[in-house]
Amino acid sequence: MGCVSCAAFVLDGAGVTLRRKEASSIPVEADSICTDRFVGRGPTEIAALPAFYGRRRVTLGDLFDVEGRGGDNITVAGDLRHVKKIGHGMSMGSITVDGDVGPHLGSYMSGGEIVVEGKAGDWVGAHMKGGRIIVKGDCGHFVGGAYSGETKGVTGGTIVVQGSVGREVGTRMRRGLIVVMGDTGEFAAANMIAGSILVFGRLGERPGAGMKRGTIAAFGEAPELLPTFRYACRFEPVFLRFYLRRLSEWGIWAETDLMDSCFRRHVGDVNGVGKGEILIRD
Amino acid sequence: MYINGVEIEDTFAEAFEMWGARLIITARTREWAMTAARVATGLATSIIGCGCEAGINDLSGDEPTPDGRPGVAALFFTTSPEALETQLLQRVGQGVMTSPTSACYNGLDAADRVKVGGKLRYFGDGFQSSKLLDGRRLWRVPVMEGEFVVEEEFGVCKAVGGGNFFILGKSVEAALAAAEASVAAMRAVPGAIMPFPGGIVRSGSKVSSKYKGQHVSSNTPYCPTIRTQVATALPDGVEAVQEIVIDGLDEGAVREAMRIGISEACLPGVVRISAGNYGGTLGKYQFPLGELVDSSGG
Repeated sequence: MGCVSCAAFVLDGAGVTLRRKEASSIPVEADSICTDRFVGRGPTEIAALPAFYGRRRVTLGDLFDVEGRGGDNITVAGDLRHVKKIGHGMSMGSITVDGDVGPHLGSYMSGGEIVVEGKAGDWVGAHMKGGRIIVKGDCGHFVGGAYSGETKGVTGGTIVVQGSVGREVGTRMRRGLIVVMGDTGEFAAANMIAGSILVFGRLGERPGAGMKRGTIAAFGEAPELLPTFRYACRFEPVFLRFYLRRLSEWGIWAETDLMDSCFRRHVGDVNGVGKGEILIRD
Repeated sequence: MYINGVEIEDTFAEAFEMWGARLIITARTREWAMTAARVATGLATSIIGCGCEAGINDLSGDEPTPDGRPGVAALFFTTSPEALETQLLQRVGQGVMTSPTSACYNGLDAADRVKVGGKLRYFGDGFQSSKLLDGRRLWRVPVMEGEFVVEEEFGVCKAVGGGNFFILGKSVEAALAAAEASVAAMRAVPGAIMPFPGGIVRSGSKVSSKYKGQHVSSNTPYCPTIRTQVATALPDGVEAVQEIVIDGLDEGAVREAMRIGISEACLPGVVRISAGNYGGTLGKYQFPLGELVDSSGG
């Protein structure tokens, strides 16, 4: 997937590697680790960017060894399990996390791509507006979610989790695509406004509670649905084939035998607008 | 110049700037996709009387359809983007949406767009929904069968219309056989269509008439039954003429289709290959037959 705003920097080919100096369970806030903030900066300038180590204000250089020159890609390695907000507000380029990563990855991002080789914490892609996040392991709760008090969450972009996710994936989602190759926890797409969530593993309990519009497509097991969802029909949703072809082109999905799937369509949540759909593969 | 004993007249085809669109129509089977495409491109032989000119291209093996189902490309040509939008609304709405299991996508990457699905969506009576992925918006319109999926916008581009050549034969059979052979080969050219029935027009026209208010009439210099009554363009021995008209998404597609068609038409029973033009005074494009033949090495 291309990113127009990256175009000026693609030919540069420059990149930065950050390697965590030591493992620690103290939370780190590292929203400075973002391609937009690194571009055009050398290692000294990057090392001087701010971060929080617990409640102490520090610099990235205090926590990471910095190599390379700021361009359109960043690699982050080491113990990142408690490092928050990597890629926060990102609009271009790419970030690769070599291992597990903490919460709020890619929150508010609007472009570019983040790839996590391991697991990710809670709030992956919260309030995402564009771009793509791929997590090869599991994620925590509230993937693609909306922070408390916000009326809408994700408004664009794509999140792909090749493992499983916790509860409340896609809460108050307004637009965009979330793909979960594993299982989801309960309350997937709670209060969903629109957008699509594809689940290839087991869909957790009480999906779509408060759903206004949008789609949950369950390719694997699905629970008994809330009584506020009504069965409509069996049909072959052509638009899902369009989605699956795109995932195949991106190299994310390749199970071609699912392309001809037939689904049972359930519409709800009739407690509200009630134009959402849960498609359960037959 | 001669190919296989057939004279290639030293003349040129004169073609015009048009606007073109390319739709990908899919369905559960290729047969149903073709049915939808045939209906959508039906009665589209000439913009003079039909509003647009249209035809069908097979998809190459390198171009899978957007939803992975069997499909074909349908090409449409007319005078302006506005006219294209009007035609596509009618033809997709009446010919594709109505056809069982069909879906309709944009097949042309172009900066200029016309809104088709974005207007057809209202057929859903408020129950339509849209999906946006990778910058492409699809509309899902509820229909009695299930759902009709149509893309919000279709790309349109400046195109070329009216490429042509005439096959002057010793008999109806000879001219027709040569035209059929031409069209069969030309159908493989991506981005080019031959809008007339079977790709062939037996009643080519000229842009004048003895009748007031009529601008077009039969191409009488090429009509064999009245050759003794007009300033005929027919050489001795020619007793029937078939014309092939080509529209293309770009000049290269028209040129290639003409090159292949002329080459295939040089069969026994064909006396001459000619072409229609207006002295170069009307059209933006000229395709000298001699250059096409030279490029093919014939």
